[in-house]
Amino acid sequence: MKLAELESPFERKIEAEEKIEPRDTMPEAYRLHLIRQISQHAHSEVIGMQPEGNWVTRAPSLRAKQILLAKIQDEGGHGLYLYSAAETLGISREELILQLHEGKAKYSNIFNYPTLTWADIGAIGWLVDGAAIVNQVALQRTSYGPYSRAMFRICKEESFHQRQGYEIMATMMKGTAEQKEMAQDAMNRWWWPSLMMFGPHDSDSPHSGDAFKWKIKRKSNDELRQKFIDKTVQQAYVIGLTIPDPLLKWNEDKQGYDHGPINWQEFKQVIAGNGPCNKQRMEHHKYWHEEGRWVREAAEAYKQRISTLN
Amino acid sequence: MDTQLDLWEVFIQGKSGGQFMHAGSVHASDKEMALKYARDLYTRRNEGSAIWVVLSTHIVASLPEDAEMFFDPANDKIYRHPTFYTMPEGALQI
Repeated sequence: MKLAELESPFERKIEAEEKIEPRDTMPEAYRLHLIRQISQHAHSEVIGMQPEGNWVTRAPSLRAKQILLAKIQDEGGHGLYLYSAAETLGISREELILQLHEGKAKYSNIFNYPTLTWADIGAIGWLVDGAAIVNQVALQRTSYGPYSRAMFRICKEESFHQRQGYEIMATMMKGTAEQKEMAQDAMNRWWWPSLMMFGPHDSDSPHSGDAFKWKIKRKSNDELRQKFIDKTVQQAYVIGLTIPDPLLKWNEDKQGYDHGPINWQEFKQVIAGNGPCNKQRMEHHKYWHEEGRWVREAAEAYKQRISTLN
Repeated sequence: MDTQLDLWEVFIQGKSGGQFMHAGSVHASDKEMALKYARDLYTRRNEGSAIWVVLSTHIVASLPEDAEMFFDPANDKIYRHPTFYTMPEGALQI
């Protein structure tokens, strides 16, 4: 298509790889698609603090505890960058949180799994954040300016997360037989849910059409999943971990790994709210949102008081 | 009704002497809170030597649909650029 044939300034910008900014005119469906995607991304960062927070008091050393605290603080920060990006689309923070509490907005499925041992903290950093990075690097090229800028900032910070996770796994794999077993067990439990993070196969992905047309999404679920598998298999091998997929095999033709079937039944069950921790995650968020209400009210009251004094 | 406080825009100066660049936004109810939140959110890795925060409602912005007309006065003044001028051959350091 030639640029001149495109009707709206919006289409012309998308075609020319220019970013769409908050005050540009945009199709309503584009705006709603972004609100859904960015808010789900923001909620994931915030809910993702819970499984990690579970291990702050039991981190095996002061060093590990400091690092974990810093990482959790980063996740909270990432949530805030993303909420701000969503707000530029004309939705308030109050509405975004309400949608989460009413179950109208979702968060990443992965955080509905429990963190049973310290090795799970390693597996989350290495695999879950590793998968998130693959996805977020691709999203740096997304067509909506504020979302793209948030992705650049987040990617810069995430690589520490992945490396600290991999370091935990590597350390445990050099430890006692029991520690090695613990690391392998975490690997076994987090591998498949990490692959599911990229979403359904391209042949079965309900939101992809518009997202590609508008350049919100730049790479398909399967492409990103493949990228993640190909780089992670080697890292597992280096520290002596086994990928829990007997069908995993190098494919010379495509220069990538083939993998066994993903259990989409489990994926659907967890999305539908039947994962091991769905209820706990939401109740925790609602509880602390209410517990913080008086702080917000006090801050507002202080603002009113100051403005009458000035 | 719940409140999530006011929206502020955050500008960070990376190194002293440099320009302040827009970094993002924070929610806060007063200027001290906005400044502290901006520090915690945008300078956790020594990204800044100074911060400005300003209420978002105080920012005045040009309209994207007016851009062509709005920036039009600059279009026909190429003599504002140094490359417009023909320099005598052999002249140095100019």
